[in-house]
Amino acid sequence: MMINSLTSPTIAPPEHFISVQGLCKSFAGQPLYEDFNLDLPNNQLVSVFGPNGCGKSTLINMISGLIPIDRGEIWIHGKPIRRAKIGYVFQNYRDSMFPWMSAYDNIAYPLRVKGMAERDCRDRVERLIQTFNIRLDLKRYPYSFSGGQQQLVSILRALVAEPEVLFLDEPFSALDFETTLFVRDKLQEIFMATGIPMLMVVHNLEEAVFLADTVLLLSKRPTHLVEAVPFTVPRPRTPDTLTSAEFIEVSRHCLEIFRQEMRK
Amino acid sequence: MTASSVRSSNSSAQDSLIRSVDRLLPLVGVLVLFGVWWLIAISGFVNPVLLPTPIATIGTLITGILTGVMLPDFIATVLRTFSAFLMAAAVGVPIGVALGSSEKLYRSMEFLIDFFRSTPASALIPLFILFFGISDFSKVVIAAFSAFLLIVFNSAYGVINAKQSRILAAKVMGANRWRVFKDVLLLESLPQTFIGLRSGISISLVIVIVAEMFIGTEQGLGKRIIDAQQVLNVSDMYASILVTGILGYFLNMLFLLLEKRFVHWSGK
Repeated sequence: MMINSLTSPTIAPPEHFISVQGLCKSFAGQPLYEDFNLDLPNNQLVSVFGPNGCGKSTLINMISGLIPIDRGEIWIHGKPIRRAKIGYVFQNYRDSMFPWMSAYDNIAYPLRVKGMAERDCRDRVERLIQTFNIRLDLKRYPYSFSGGQQQLVSILRALVAEPEVLFLDEPFSALDFETTLFVRDKLQEIFMATGIPMLMVVHNLEEAVFLADTVLLLSKRPTHLVEAVPFTVPRPRTPDTLTSAEFIEVSRHCLEIFRQEMRK
Repeated sequence: MTASSVRSSNSSAQDSLIRSVDRLLPLVGVLVLFGVWWLIAISGFVNPVLLPTPIATIGTLITGILTGVMLPDFIATVLRTFSAFLMAAAVGVPIGVALGSSEKLYRSMEFLIDFFRSTPASALIPLFILFFGISDFSKVVIAAFSAFLLIVFNSAYGVINAKQSRILAAKVMGANRWRVFKDVLLLESLPQTFIGLRSGISISLVIVIVAEMFIGTEQGLGKRIIDAQQVLNVSDMYASILVTGILGYFLNMLFLLLEKRFVHWSGK
């Protein structure tokens, strides 16, 4: 089930939104990643799934430049990280939003950091919330919203500067079931409207498969890619998708590989 | 009106009654204290010269307030407390935030701050008298010094304990070091800074009162208390003590209100 692009040895041609070559990273002398390679085809939503402690979050944090790597090369749309425009959605909206700023100011923050004029900021935020049909009173402070609304605001904040890639670190794990469904639908809507490639760490197999074009299954440490499983059910995916034959087959396949890995 | 709506309006009236009774609960302790005080005062166990009844004390307090004889002392103490506090805050918050932004800098100063924080400020009064004389300034400086230590320590801790994820979030959105400092670290430290400011104003009042007693002054509640004690004008002494208590209580309330206003996100 390996997809072709993953075996390609050359440096990222433009059709890869992320390309990782020979990545090495160890913590306290323990190797976590050794000569890790990854090429992710453009315009995809890719989810990362694997056993606890295999470094799923570490992987996207390295790719997004949040933590340094020991060796190797990482390219985003053929550019080094510091030249790429990225958006990042944190696991815990409570600890990543700025509670002293209104929701509006939170969303506009990346634009202000870039020194954009106040009027342009306003236009950009307006356009964003209209595109995604967001009905929130953005003058309110983040903590006055529900968890799902807060995570939505933090996704908007990551999108406002028009990133080339969106990273999401367990975006649903701090949400309850009902709000997970809400944020998941919004995220799919955003992906379909913008086509921004996304790399998302997920800790739940159903979440990993449901939204993804490709599911990356990682091994225990030292971590390598066990398989990149494609999931090609057309969008929009609905609750019916969960009972479709293809969803069940892909989930079953992923689970089988996951259990094999756990036994090793 | 149906029977059920009568019942519900009855029970809502009951609810509001219970709620207003609940609001009076803090007064229970006060009444108990006054009751015990009054019993001891009339029992004859204690010489009435040493312990006037609460009614006599409150009478003195009210006449003291109405005739304005306490006012100059009150104003003098409040002014000293606030000047000490303002000096301490103006120097302490920036230094605290600066210390907190560099772990190494803070660790190198930590022992010094902890040592002086553990030293009773009143033990330093003679030293301050040596340097600043028995002037008004001397009383303010020593109170400011104690408040400064509390404020520095709390501001520094606020910055040190800033949520790493918020700092990361700002960085990943492209904020440089200065913006991270000004947009995240400063505001992250505010809740803790306010704790420092609130403790700072309290310790300022304590030290100002002690200094007024110890160093001596023309006006001030500390002097009023010690003078009343010297001439056995006990009801004035108790009334003055009550005034310092009320003053301390309202200063604390004032800072709690300011905190709620400026640090609206605290605890959320």
